[in-house]
Amino acid sequence: MSTIANAGTHSVDHHGDHGHHHESFWTKYVFSQDHKMIAKQFLITGIIMAVVAMLLSILFRIQLAWPDKEFPILEVFLGKWAEGGRINPEFFLALVTIHGTIMVFFVLTAGLSGTFANLLIPYQLGARDMASPFMNMLSYWFFFVACIIMIASFFVESGPASAGWTIYPPLSAVPKAISGSATGMTLWLISMTLFIASQVLGGTNYISTVLNMRTKGMDLWKMPLTIWALFLTAIVGLLSFPVLVSAVVLLIFDRSFGTSFYLSDLVVQGQILPNEGGSPILFQHLFWFLGHPEVYIVLMPALGLTSEVISTNSRKPIFGYHAMVYSLIGITILSFIVWGHHMFVTGMNPFLGGVFMITTLIIAVPSAVKVFNYLATLWRGNIRFTPAMLFAIGMVSFFISGGLTGIYLGNSALDISLHDTYFVVAHFHLVMGSASIFGMLCGVYHWFPKLFGRMMNEKLGYLHFWLTFIGAYLVFFPMHFMGIDGVPRRYYAFTEFPFMEKWISVNVFVTWAAIVAAVGQLAFIWNFFSSIWSGKRATQNPWGSNTLEWTTPVEHIHGNWPGEIPTVYRWPYDYSKPGHHEDFIPQTVPFSETMSSNLPHDFEGNAEAERIQREWELANNNPQTEKETE
Amino acid sequence: MAKYTQDKEELTQQKAKKFNLWLGMIGMFMMFAALSSGFIVYTAGGIDRGIKTILPEAFVYSTILIVVSSVTIQLAYNAARRTLFDKQKLLLAVTILLGVGFFFMQVYAWGVLTARGVVFVNSNASQSFIYVFTGMHLAHIIAGILVLVRALVGRIRNIPQVNNVFRMDLAALFWHFLGFLWIYIYVFLLLNQ
Repeated sequence: MSTIANAGTHSVDHHGDHGHHHESFWTKYVFSQDHKMIAKQFLITGIIMAVVAMLLSILFRIQLAWPDKEFPILEVFLGKWAEGGRINPEFFLALVTIHGTIMVFFVLTAGLSGTFANLLIPYQLGARDMASPFMNMLSYWFFFVACIIMIASFFVESGPASAGWTIYPPLSAVPKAISGSATGMTLWLISMTLFIASQVLGGTNYISTVLNMRTKGMDLWKMPLTIWALFLTAIVGLLSFPVLVSAVVLLIFDRSFGTSFYLSDLVVQGQILPNEGGSPILFQHLFWFLGHPEVYIVLMPALGLTSEVISTNSRKPIFGYHAMVYSLIGITILSFIVWGHHMFVTGMNPFLGGVFMITTLIIAVPSAVKVFNYLATLWRGNIRFTPAMLFAIGMVSFFISGGLTGIYLGNSALDISLHDTYFVVAHFHLVMGSASIFGMLCGVYHWFPKLFGRMMNEKLGYLHFWLTFIGAYLVFFPMHFMGIDGVPRRYYAFTEFPFMEKWISVNVFVTWAAIVAAVGQLAFIWNFFSSIWSGKRATQNPWGSNTLEWTTPVEHIHGNWPGEIPTVYRWPYDYSKPGHHEDFIPQTVPFSETMSSNLPHDFEGNAEAERIQREWELANNNPQTEKETE
Repeated sequence: MAKYTQDKEELTQQKAKKFNLWLGMIGMFMMFAALSSGFIVYTAGGIDRGIKTILPEAFVYSTILIVVSSVTIQLAYNAARRTLFDKQKLLLAVTILLGVGFFFMQVYAWGVLTARGVVFVNSNASQSFIYVFTGMHLAHIIAGILVLVRALVGRIRNIPQVNNVFRMDLAALFWHFLGFLWIYIYVFLLLNQ
C-alpha cells in the first residue's frame, strides 16, 4: 500500500518529458511507461500464464480419466511428482490449486483488465497516457514478479501451494499439514501480495484517468461501454483487494509467528498444536469479501468488450445504453453484499443465509438486462461474423448457460447438496471462466490491429472459435450431471468409490474434449504470434468503428495523437443511422457535418441547435428526418 | 508571491495524481475496515475473547505527537506556498522528528503491553489484533516519513516551486490521513477495551 503514496509523488518528475524522449531498447520495450506497450506486456504475459494453467489442467484431467494407467512420460517431466508415471495425490492438489490461482488472478484479472484497461482507457477517452505512467509501469512489474514467484513454486522441494485457490485455513495455515502448505504456500502468499499491489496500483490509475483525463466533449454518458466496465471493475478491485491483504496478513502471522487468528484445537500428525481460540470462518468471510467481487472483476471487462464488439459488428447502436450502464453499476454494488453465498454450509445463521440468498438472486436482474440487451442488439442487425464477433456471441452464450445454474447454487437450501460438487465447477467454469476468456479473446481479435498494426488470420480465428466453443461445452456441461449425483470437486480418484464408478466413462470423454480444445489453442497461439510480424497490414479503422482509438495513426506514437487531441461530439454508437451515407459516424464528427441524419434527441435540449436543424430541414426538404420529427 | 505558468495538460496530470492518492487512501482505509470487521466478528465469537486490558498510556502521548505533527505539516505547506523556504524546511524537519517520535512511542507501547502479558502470540486473538492494527499503521507511517523526507530533499535541492508545492500538497494530505487513521484505530480499540 505504501507504494501508492510514494509512486504518487515520485512520478511528478516524469511528466514533463512528452516530445523530447530518448528511447533505448530498455525504456521502449522493457521498462516502458507507455500505456500501449504496457498493454502488450500484460497481454503476452497473460497468454503465457494461460497456457501454463491450461497445461496444468490437462495433467489433472489425465489423472481423472485414467486413474489406473501409467504414463511413463509424465515421470520424465515431473520426476517424483509422477512416480511410476502416475500423478501423485499431493501433486494433483497442487495442480488444481495453481490452475485456479493462475486462471482467476493472473489471466482473467491481470491479463484481461491489465491489457484492455491500459490499451483502451487512454485511447477511447482521448488521453495522451494514464494519469501516472510510472505507477502503471510499476503495476506491470509487480505483476511480472508475482508470475515468476508463482511459477517458481513448482521448483521447490515441497511443491506448490495445494490448499485450493481459496487457501482456506487451517490447511493452508499449518505448514506441516500437507507438503503443499510448506514453502509453496509461503511463495503463494508472497506472489499474491505482489499481485494485489499490482492491481491496486493499476486500478487507482484507471479510475483516476477515467475521471480526470477525458478529452473535450467526452462526458461520462458519451463513454463507450468498455470504459464503463473497466472503470467499475477498477472500483470493485480497489475496494476489495485491500481486504484480501488483511486476510493474507493475518494468515501469514498464523503460519509464521504462531498467532491464532484462524487456528484452534488442531491435532496434526499426532501432535497437538499450541494455537487456540481462532476462527477459520473468519478467514472465509474476509476471503469471500474479496472473492465474490473478484468474480465480477473477472467478468465485467468481458461484458464491456463484448458490448462494443457486438454493437460494432451488428452495425447497430447498442440496445439500451443507459440500461447497460445501470446494470453494470447494479452488479458493482450487489457484488459486495453476496459473499455469504459461498458459505451457506459453514453453520451460518439460516436467517443470514436467507439474506445472502436474496441479494444473490437479485444479481440475476442486472445480468438478465445485459443478456436481453445483447440479444436485442443482435436482433435484425447487419451482422458481420468476424472472429471477434463470434467470440462475443460465444461469451453471451456462456453467460446465459452458466448464469442459469447460478440461480440454483444461490439458493441456500439447494446449495447444501450442491456445495463443493462438480455442479459448482461446471457453473463457474461456464459463467466466469469460459465467458470471461471468450470476452478476452474477442477483445484480442478485435483490437489486434490497434495493438500491433496488423490483422489476424480470419480462417484460423474461425477454427479456433469452433474448437474452443464446442470444446468448452463438452468439457463443462457433463459436469452438471456429475455434481447433481454428488461427485465432490478436488478429489484425486473419486471413481474408486463404488457409487461414483460409473462416471469414469464421462471423465474419459471430458478429458478428450479438453485435450482437443487445448490443441485448438495452438491455432490461436500461432495466429497471434505470427500475425505480429507477418499479418496483413491493418488500415486505420478496419472495423468501421466509432470510438476514438481508431482515429489514431496505425503506427504507435508517444502521446497517441500526432496533433491536438480530438474533440468528441456524440455517443459512440451511431451505427447505421438513418439518413447518413455511411453506416457509422465516429465520435469526432460534429452534428453540423451530419445534418441529414440528426435526430431531435441528439441535441439534448439545445434550442439553438434544434432551430438550426429545423431551418436546414425546411431548406433541404429532407423526407427522412421529417418523418422522424412528425 | 511567485506565479508560475503551467500548461493545461500538466495541470490535469497533477490533478489526476492527487486523485490517485485519494484513491490509494480509500484502499488503505478498506484494509483497516477489513481488520476492524475481522476484529468484531472474532471478538463476538466467545465470552473469553476481547481486549481485556487497559490500553497503555503511551497511546495518549503518541496521539498528541501525531496531532501536533499534523499541525506542523500544515504550517510547512502554508510556508511553502508563501515561498518562506527556511520556515518550510524547519517545520518539515519538525514534522519528521514528530513522526519518528510517534514510531518509537508505539514501539514503547508494545513493550508495555508485552510486559503486562498481553503478547502478540496469544490464544485470545483480540489481543493479537492490537499489534496488527498498530503494526500495519506503523508500516504506513514509515511510508509517510519517506514521503516527508522526499519533500524535504526536494526543497533542499531547490526544485521548481510548482513541484515543491505539489510535493508538499501530497505529503500533507497523506500525513493528515495517517493521523486520522491512527485516531480511528485508537478510538476503535478504546471502544472495545
